[in-house]
Amino acid sequence: MAINYNSGAEAVIKALVENGVEVIFGYPGGAVLPLYDALFENKNIKHILVRHEQAAVHAAEGYARSTGKVGCVLVTSGPGATNAITGLTDALMDSIPIICLSGQVPTHLIGTDAFQEADTTGISRPCTKHNYLVKDANKLCEIIHKSFVIASSGRPGPVLIDLPKDIQLANVKYVNKVSKIEKHNNVNISNIDKDLIHKVATLLLQAERPIIYGGGGVVNSGPYASKLLTELVNILDCPVTLTLMGLGCVPNTNKNFLGMLGMHGTYEANLAMHNCDVMLNVGARFDDRVTGRLNAFAPNSKKIHIDVDKSSINKVVSVDYGIVGDCKEVLSALIHEVKKLHNQKSIKSKTKWWSQINQWKEKDSLGFKQIGNNIKPQQAIKSLYEKTKNFDTYITTEVGQHQMWAAQYFGFSKPNRWMTSGGLGTMGYGLPSSVGVQIAHPKSLVIDISGEASFLMNMQELSTIVQYKLPVKIFILNNEWMGMVRQWQELNHGSRYSESYTASLPDFVKLAESFGIEGLRVDNINNLETTIDQMIKIKGPVIADIRVEKEENCFPMIPSGAAHNEMILSSDDNHNDTSNEGLALV
Amino acid sequence: MSVYQKNEVEEVETSRTLSLIVDNQPGTLARVIGLFSGRGYNIESLTVTEIDKMRNLSRISLVTRGTSMTIEQIKSQLLRIVPVHIVRDLTLEGQFIKSELALVKLVVKGANRVEALRVAETFRARTLDVTLSSFIFELTGKPSKLDAFIDLMRSLGDTEISRTGVSAISRGNKTETKLLDQI
Ligand SMILES: Cc1ncc(C[n+]2csc(CCOP(=O)(O)OP(=O)(O)O)c2C)c(N)n1
Ligand SMILES: [Mg+2]
Repeated sequence: MAINYNSGAEAVIKALVENGVEVIFGYPGGAVLPLYDALFENKNIKHILVRHEQAAVHAAEGYARSTGKVGCVLVTSGPGATNAITGLTDALMDSIPIICLSGQVPTHLIGTDAFQEADTTGISRPCTKHNYLVKDANKLCEIIHKSFVIASSGRPGPVLIDLPKDIQLANVKYVNKVSKIEKHNNVNISNIDKDLIHKVATLLLQAERPIIYGGGGVVNSGPYASKLLTELVNILDCPVTLTLMGLGCVPNTNKNFLGMLGMHGTYEANLAMHNCDVMLNVGARFDDRVTGRLNAFAPNSKKIHIDVDKSSINKVVSVDYGIVGDCKEVLSALIHEVKKLHNQKSIKSKTKWWSQINQWKEKDSLGFKQIGNNIKPQQAIKSLYEKTKNFDTYITTEVGQHQMWAAQYFGFSKPNRWMTSGGLGTMGYGLPSSVGVQIAHPKSLVIDISGEASFLMNMQELSTIVQYKLPVKIFILNNEWMGMVRQWQELNHGSRYSESYTASLPDFVKLAESFGIEGLRVDNINNLETTIDQMIKIKGPVIADIRVEKEENCFPMIPSGAAHNEMILSSDDNHNDTSNEGLALV
Repeated sequence: MSVYQKNEVEEVETSRTLSLIVDNQPGTLARVIGLFSGRGYNIESLTVTEIDKMRNLSRISLVTRGTSMTIEQIKSQLLRIVPVHIVRDLTLEGQFIKSELALVKLVVKGANRVEALRVAETFRARTLDVTLSSFIFELTGKPSKLDAFIDLMRSLGDTEISRTGVSAISRGNKTETKLLDQI
């Protein structure tokens, strides 16, 4: 057999292809020129040239989240790598599988403060699941294969591979991927404790006031996990709520779905959490946005937690039963057991529980009054949903009020349709993320629900969108404020609006035109729907400048430091001053 | 920990000795230490050296302090680190031996020289270096024994101390050979 020698750079590309990479998001520079040379006219991998390395990672995240595949990034050394850090942290917090290749100065110059040298593995260590500095060309292929396993197995996350330029130029014998399954972080499926499943199933069947709370782990486990979750909900006929990361796991149209929970969750979801007797957490992590004040979190409940990451169990909330495992494996075992037990004894009647929940629903916590001609941001999202729900739609968002309104008023019937920065809350995530989503789904309707301030953070990506003719629709809820900041200043800081006004905004329509794409503007509720229709009809990218009510607040809300049953539903709600402890919270 | 304060009666913090098997690879130690500093856990002592050249494995002996919930958290967080293969909680497993080595330089003259030698003898410390005005003692054993010795030395004169930190191993005839073979 002829021994196959390649340059390191060629070997890298070959290894990417072997691992199923079709698209890579990147930006060139001196330290990655050999890699770019290997990509030149490469038929197997499509390179998408972004306009900022942070955007490369977000685009790869959008790609990964909407497909379930690993997203791939290529950046140069020094500033290229440091620019990618926000994206990597974002991917770590939201458990998104990413491979980031970064160039590095040649090995003999490492440590000399060479031009564009940065300690990339040092800087990225706390914001990656794992990282490598390749110092030995013979290990190159193996490291890349291993990185894909690490990024996508167990709890997924970003892996960075730092590639010194001399390694990219070295002669490398290509090594194929071995089919051996990496043990690390891989939960052994057959290890699911049957006894535990039996106890949990019994508990769920005997519960009088059960609730299921699902999160991003269900999405990460693949679409089948979402099917199973919905099946379990239907069998138990119990209420279900989802975190920001989990939206879509149970269809919004499911009659048992109470909407999102947490800081801006619905009244019924939060009160059902507060008053439940048995809580089943599937693939969520008791984030502080979800639990509210911990010492008052679902005080009289037995808690069950399913998570692929053992460290998520008992991290902030101690639970009665922790099950470490992949959501779909555990759910399928649980459903099996529930069905078996169900044949023997009947499920506890939940009539009382449901009538209580229906009472809470009557509060209509997402209700709002659309009066006058100004567009209520809530109405803008509602109309957008109505107009697009029959399309094959993917939504990305930025961070702020618009993000929460999107989560509240846009309905998701499937997983992988909703891409938002949950853990890190990164403004500027949505636009580049939509690039990745649209690349993965060229024929689908991809919409970035944006705020005017967030949009400005990565708007250079308009150029990428135009270059690759991506028909992304940018739906800006323009309130001329960093609305979420303004809201907190109103509620917690005596309406002293320090630096939260978005002054000197560009004319978004002209901005669109300057990129050769279409811009739309609407400021009257009577024209909202036709504008949305127009936006959808336009074949290419669109910036829609939706001028909304400027000082609208996002409700309902659990004020910081408060508990689930201390929600405020509107500005008129008698809102006790936030405690000092609460003020300190982010 | 979450930013939200917990009101439950906090359990007492205890000292725990963990024993880790990790790949001897650049960055591993940085990840372990980064985990402790990044998440606000304590490190009371940490030692690390290669123990298996063939397999390129090192042992980290680590003494930390926390409530049992925190310790469980530390252990599962450590296991998330890719080059960390085994995390053993020696304190929880049962009886174990904890040993440390100290080098103590004592600058001392006159009558205190005799006293220093007598203390050293009682502690079974070895004398590694002698000048007319100083000694260097080497002492191994439990950290508490080392503490006691060093306290006495300090009262006798000016000292300079170097300690290795705790190295630990479980008692009895059980070994890790099988676990290591699975790595
Ligand atoms: C990179 C980054 N910087 C700062 C923040 C803090 N922050 C959260 S929301 C927000 C305002 C967002 O304004 P806009 O995009 O207009 O959205 P709106 O709240 O008005 O809908 C800010 C500054 C953040 N989340 N991310
Ligand atoms: Mg705004």
